[in-house]
Amino acid sequence: MTAPVLAAEKINTYYGHSHILRGVDFRVMPRETVSLLGRNGMGKTTLLRSLVGLVKPRTGHVIFNGADITGNRPSFIARAGLAFIPEDRGIFPNLTVIENLTFAARPGRGTRPDWTLERIYSLFPRLAERRTHWGNELSGGEQKMLSIGRALMTNPDIILFDEATEGLAPKVRDEIWATLRQVAATGIAAVVVDKNLDDLLALAERHVVMAKGEIVFDGTTQVLKADEALIHRHLGV
Amino acid sequence: MDLVLTQIFNGLQYGLLIFLAASGLTLVLGIMGVINLSHGSFYMLGAYLSLTLTSLTGDIFLSLALGIPIAFLFGAAIEWLFIRHLYARDHLQQVLLTFGLILVFNELQRMIWGTFPHSVPIPSYLSGSVKIFGLMSYPVYRIAVAGLCILLALAMMFVIQRTKIGRMIRAGESNREMVEVLGIDTRLLFRFVFAAGVSLAAAGGIIAAPIESVYPGIGESVLITSLVVVVIGGIGSVRGAFVGALLIGLADAFGKVYLPQFASVVVYALMAAVLVTRPGGLFGRA
Ligand SMILES: Nc1ncnc2c1ncn2[C@@H]1O[C@H](COP(=O)(O)OP(=O)(O)OP(=O)(O)O)[C@@H](O)[C@H]1O
Ligand SMILES: [Mg+2]
Repeated sequence: MTAPVLAAEKINTYYGHSHILRGVDFRVMPRETVSLLGRNGMGKTTLLRSLVGLVKPRTGHVIFNGADITGNRPSFIARAGLAFIPEDRGIFPNLTVIENLTFAARPGRGTRPDWTLERIYSLFPRLAERRTHWGNELSGGEQKMLSIGRALMTNPDIILFDEATEGLAPKVRDEIWATLRQVAATGIAAVVVDKNLDDLLALAERHVVMAKGEIVFDGTTQVLKADEALIHRHLGV
Repeated sequence: MDLVLTQIFNGLQYGLLIFLAASGLTLVLGIMGVINLSHGSFYMLGAYLSLTLTSLTGDIFLSLALGIPIAFLFGAAIEWLFIRHLYARDHLQQVLLTFGLILVFNELQRMIWGTFPHSVPIPSYLSGSVKIFGLMSYPVYRIAVAGLCILLALAMMFVIQRTKIGRMIRAGESNREMVEVLGIDTRLLFRFVFAAGVSLAAAGGIIAAPIESVYPGIGESVLITSLVVVVIGGIGSVRGAFVGALLIGLADAFGKVYLPQFASVVVYALMAAVLVTRPGGLFGRA
């Protein structure tokens, strides 16, 4: 039995007095891509933020590569090999594309060949063209690409990607999905949040659905596709 | 004609000194979001370090070389003891604590150095004046001070634009949460930025001491003027602080000569004019 690369064990997360995550169990195996679904406000972002240390679960544990990282600083967790791409992409507007990419570049743990600027540029030729532009001169799609490239340059074991294609034109979305497939093929695990069920069904083998701070479904593409009631009830299709 | 020239030189030289104080103030406000009213105290610390170290070593530049690391360590300690507790708090609490620090620093200054004004000698090899453009004579030491400030300003711009730590500082200005999420311990980054700001203000106090004489409360006018510079230049912008400080220096120097009855308001009039035309400051992002 292999151990998960990342796991939440019975975590309860609060914002002030509001109890947001209610005893969430969540795990991602090495090399696995998991989709995280659910309607607005159900706690997907809060789960990701709890995993990367931006909010501290009040109870429960977060285990990463076998170590308990509950309550550690985000920077510590990041250096341990966990990358997070927030919904707003978090591009530094006053840094150039190259500066954004090399900002947090660091070697991986040697399990995979390291990502380099050249590899990022061949993944996203658009970024190569715009390498000397400022972050705020990029289009939304280019910023998404940059945020993926920047996360890869930290050579993580897993990437948590919030709202992967929100606000992008259909063509750019397809480009992002294709890239995520390429990245997954290199063996990096991923958790992907998005609103588009069909795209996620095509991307991931396992899907987790949240409702009101709890996990209401955790299963394969086949099982989820077959459960029309659940899809109707929790995903609004 | 040589009065105008002299005022230009005085204004630029004063502006450059103010820049050393204002640059740290603007970075701490831009990156950590902290309004630090005690920043003038670090200029005062520099002035008194200048007094003590120069009497020990006999040379102002040795004092500068020793004083900068001392101020850096002092700044790091103050950040750790007090300032870091302010990052998540509102401006009122920041103002209260840092105002309290002014009172404490003033009291400490009195206990250690007393209330008597002192002077710090100009090194003999920089004493006297030179003729500039064959028009006016100007003290050599003041020219050296201006040159040193320019060197420090260039060094700072180089660090901010070209180095890894500079990248972190710029990134911290726009999105500190993301800096942390990417694996940079912002506790250390903030401590470094604060301590560097303290060192720069202290460096200003050290080299200005032979010009100004050293007295209690010497940092207070520096604080006020620096706050004006930060507003004019745009919060968080070192380039803005540079331009703003030179403008303020010139406005102050010419105001004193040509509008003596309004001298104290010229600087604020300039700030008001900038705010009306560019509310975010000259180099601000607002
Ligand atoms: N900073 C905050 N303070 C208080 N409540 C918050 C905060 N952030 C989120 N919430 C609440 O927590 C709940 C979960 O929000 P979360 O952002 O995790 O949902 P989500 O599933 O990511 O939603 P969306 O699909 O809209 O992104 C919501 O009810 C939201 O109102
Ligand atoms: Mg969300």
